[in-house]
Amino acid sequence: MAGAQTHRLGNGGLIDRSAPLNFRFDGKAFSGLQGDTLASALIANGVKLVGRSFKYHRPRGILTSGSEEPNALVELRTGARREPNTKATTAELYEGLEAASQNRWPSLRHDVMSVNQLFAPIFVAGFYYKTFMWPAKFWEAIYEPAIRRAAGLGRAAGVADPDHYDKAWAHCDVLIAGSGPAGLAAALAAGRSGARVILCEEDFVPSGRLLSDGGTIDGVPAAEWLPRTLAELAAMPDVRIMTRTTLFGVYDGGTYGAIERVNDHLPSPPEHQVRQRLWRIVAKRCVVAAGAIERPIVFAGNDTPGVMMASAMRTYVARYAATPAKRLALFTNNEDGWRTVETALGAGLQIAAVIDARADVSPAHRSLASKGGFPVLHGAVSGVDGGKDGVRKIAVSLTGGARAEVEADGLAVSGGWNPAVGLTSFHRGRPKWRDDIAAFVPDGAPPGMVAAGAANGDFGLGACLSQGFAAGAAAARDAGHNGTPGAAPVADDEAFSLTPLWHVAGKGKAFVDYQHDVTASDIELAQREGFESVEHLKRYTTLGMATDQGKTSNVAGLAIMAAVSGRSIPETGTTIYRPPYVPVAIGAFAGHHRDETFHATRLTPSHHWAVEQGAIFVDTGLWKRAQWYPRAGEKDWLESVTREVKAVRGGVGFCDVSTLGKIDVHGPDAGAFLDRVYINTFSNLAVGKARYGLMLREDGIVYDDGTTARLAEDHYFLTTTTAKAGLVMQHLEFCRQVLFPELDVQLTSVSDQWAQFSIAGPKTRDLLKEIVDPAEDLSNEGFPFMGAREVTLRGGLKARLFRISFSGEMAFEISVPARYGDALVRNLMLAGAPFGVTPYGTEALGVMRVEKGHIAGPELSGTTTAADLGLGKMMSTKKDYIGRVMAGREALIAPDRQVVVGIKPADKARRLRSGAHIIPKGQTPGPGNDQGYVTSVCFSPTSDRWIGLALVERGRERIGEIVHAHDPLRGEDYDVELCNPVFYDPDGGRQRG
Amino acid sequence: MRIVCPFCGERELGEFTYLGDAKPVRPEAGASEDEVFDYVYLRDNVAGETNEYWYHGGGCRAWLKVTRNTLTHEISSVEPAAGAGAAKVGA
Repeated sequence: MAGAQTHRLGNGGLIDRSAPLNFRFDGKAFSGLQGDTLASALIANGVKLVGRSFKYHRPRGILTSGSEEPNALVELRTGARREPNTKATTAELYEGLEAASQNRWPSLRHDVMSVNQLFAPIFVAGFYYKTFMWPAKFWEAIYEPAIRRAAGLGRAAGVADPDHYDKAWAHCDVLIAGSGPAGLAAALAAGRSGARVILCEEDFVPSGRLLSDGGTIDGVPAAEWLPRTLAELAAMPDVRIMTRTTLFGVYDGGTYGAIERVNDHLPSPPEHQVRQRLWRIVAKRCVVAAGAIERPIVFAGNDTPGVMMASAMRTYVARYAATPAKRLALFTNNEDGWRTVETALGAGLQIAAVIDARADVSPAHRSLASKGGFPVLHGAVSGVDGGKDGVRKIAVSLTGGARAEVEADGLAVSGGWNPAVGLTSFHRGRPKWRDDIAAFVPDGAPPGMVAAGAANGDFGLGACLSQGFAAGAAAARDAGHNGTPGAAPVADDEAFSLTPLWHVAGKGKAFVDYQHDVTASDIELAQREGFESVEHLKRYTTLGMATDQGKTSNVAGLAIMAAVSGRSIPETGTTIYRPPYVPVAIGAFAGHHRDETFHATRLTPSHHWAVEQGAIFVDTGLWKRAQWYPRAGEKDWLESVTREVKAVRGGVGFCDVSTLGKIDVHGPDAGAFLDRVYINTFSNLAVGKARYGLMLREDGIVYDDGTTARLAEDHYFLTTTTAKAGLVMQHLEFCRQVLFPELDVQLTSVSDQWAQFSIAGPKTRDLLKEIVDPAEDLSNEGFPFMGAREVTLRGGLKARLFRISFSGEMAFEISVPARYGDALVRNLMLAGAPFGVTPYGTEALGVMRVEKGHIAGPELSGTTTAADLGLGKMMSTKKDYIGRVMAGREALIAPDRQVVVGIKPADKARRLRSGAHIIPKGQTPGPGNDQGYVTSVCFSPTSDRWIGLALVERGRERIGEIVHAHDPLRGEDYDVELCNPVFYDPDGGRQRG
Repeated sequence: MRIVCPFCGERELGEFTYLGDAKPVRPEAGASEDEVFDYVYLRDNVAGETNEYWYHGGGCRAWLKVTRNTLTHEISSVEPAAGAGAAKVGA
């Protein structure tokens, strides 16, 4: 049996004593109970030291009992599931839990880097900027690695996360953040009014501080009121309470982000279940009942293990029946801190003393002290004697100047409460200062949102209930629900009196930001060095920039800055609040969008067939396209691609080109519309013919190209490049709807409706005759080059046939409804077997287009004009079209522009590579003489050498010139000859034959 | 952010694509280079209410003219952008 739970009370608490759980911390076996957090279980086992601090490696203990925890960060789980910087205060205990402390070596108790404390004078605010300035080279090589080793938090797993994450939407009338008294009252009111309610609670048990602080509601103890209320809410079908769910962000239009830790409380998620779920919640109204966070007081040694927030201390005692100390002292500046004394006395713990910074203590508390036999010292804690084993003695500066010492093994601290103003301030809202509670409270909120209860600065139980109830009822009404909310729960307000105290002067380090090791003297130094603005203070000292985002430290930091700069706290102001309120794993934002489901995958109609053929696929956008079809015995891709090209040029081959964008353009003004979006004319295209078209952006640069066929007087079929399919559709819709509404034309995207194959090679007709109905005339006269019409296939299926050629060979493109694509490709293989039909992939397609000097993506680069591409003559002078005027700008028609030209290596055996820069021969490469670059290359089986296309200054005037190709990326330099970009069949006789 | 499409109803931002300022009107065919230059490049950088084009590509494919406050992201009106950028002949 592991661990004796020496610090567990004999009774009480919301833990299941019949369900012991074994766990390990830093390899040592312990036992806790169902209902524990890792923090409460460690406390129950008397563990005080849980981590080492970020910069100074100081021993640290548990400070809080919630998500604001700055100290007790651990690596939870092992292997691929190891998660760094997990808060022990929110991690639920489960059987077999394994956690390790962070930022220590070789062990937590004996950490060699704690020598950093000796060098503390150099680790002051801004030390990165001051200390490691020179020599500059040393930063990357020495300083940064050394700092990274010495400072920091936990280690990431380093391998892929094996768990699944989900993303989901939810919609409701009233969203409530927090299930404390205000949140529950809001849910009651909204639910009874008939509203659809979602209540998010980050804890695994609803009820917030009612679990720790109790109270009397509607005349009964909270422990009795809670089950009754939760049962009433559970019975409402439209009220959903989501525990383990933190509302972390507020976005426009009433959209909220929440993270649900679905299975973090188990060793690993059950099969088919997700680890966490990211919710996007759309709510008409939102009630923020997120409560408040108790704030520390800054004094020397305030980070000693055993120093704990007073509210956390009573949570551990009341909720978990775990005792952080046997004999504790309280340091408070307000009435609320005393509740910890009451709780501790009730649990039979010893009180060493109460150090109260206020001038007066209530008579009730005076009599409590005399009954409990402990002194009330008026003053402040000025130092703590202790170390990694916890607190031993507390030094007190008494009001009036005398000093006292208190022996205790724990110190509860209460500096007052800060309303959780994050959610209400995420739209750049700036909270306002309230003197009576010495805290910032929300000053308005994003549209539809309101804060209630402690989150609004009203801490009393009665106020929380009445405000929450009123806010819930109003929210339901605003959302259109007029049911009767009934009576609000009633309770008395506790007394709350506070004398602000932020910082007690004393010898030794006094921490403001525990997680980033920012001390009071760092803030004073920042002020002396001129970093007075809160935004500068934050960045110079890193105050509030750790994973806890300064939940316990920001206001104290501002207060100290205000004091040293002689301003008030509201004058000093707050930094901007930004989501997320708590750290959210990237995995949750990604959801299922990772690995092969990172994005949707589009499969061509021939995909499954191509898989059977053993094709190699390439990702082009969302598409998987067959890149080449290797055959047994081929040693590399080049051999396969060369074979495919030769088969097409010498016989017949086919390629799936269904990925091209396809748009049906219908209407009496279809031709006029196309005239306005293409540089060339389509209104005069004959029915039954196709034409290549080029479109510009309005700034005169080439946008896209493709062939468009006229299938009927009022019906064109337009194709786009694969890459621009969606964008061209969007652009054309813009032209149609916004720019040219007077044209009677309609656009329909049919990209997914047609399977389209290019069939190319001298034996194309032989193959097609086996596929197409014998009555169809495929002769050069009956179906000339650039012809386009509907045909009937053998068996009766209607198809579209286009006599267009990208390869330069005699070629047709054939379209069938997409559901027939697979059948067609299998028939092409069967019917083509006698002719040696060869499927070819995108590589062979690319080789043949380079051989023909056709432009493609690398030349349509978003910087080239029609003239740059050698297509200037297509630009009509008889009509207006998109991009016409801007294309005529001086720089776009300059004679020294880089234009498309062919290149071949001077050394015939040499391989070319895209991206090499073109430099005049004999000159030293440099930016001054860079005349262009190589855009596309391939090994041309037809020319038996590498060839390419390049954009070169005045390239077409320089055919035959030898220039220099400079490739600094690959360290290559060689000569190439500029040549005609059409390497193959320059007269085009083959495609017309 | 959510946009109420006049054809489809209230939809999430992910269904829409932003284009830009809906104020410029495409000049007539005979316009000078300077006029077209202004149309293509010159934009006001407004702190406050602006009209802008959004495309409901994940829905009805309508181009919309959205009136949005650049300071608060508040959307005060959404209407079809039909003809919003068309040359106003004779205007």
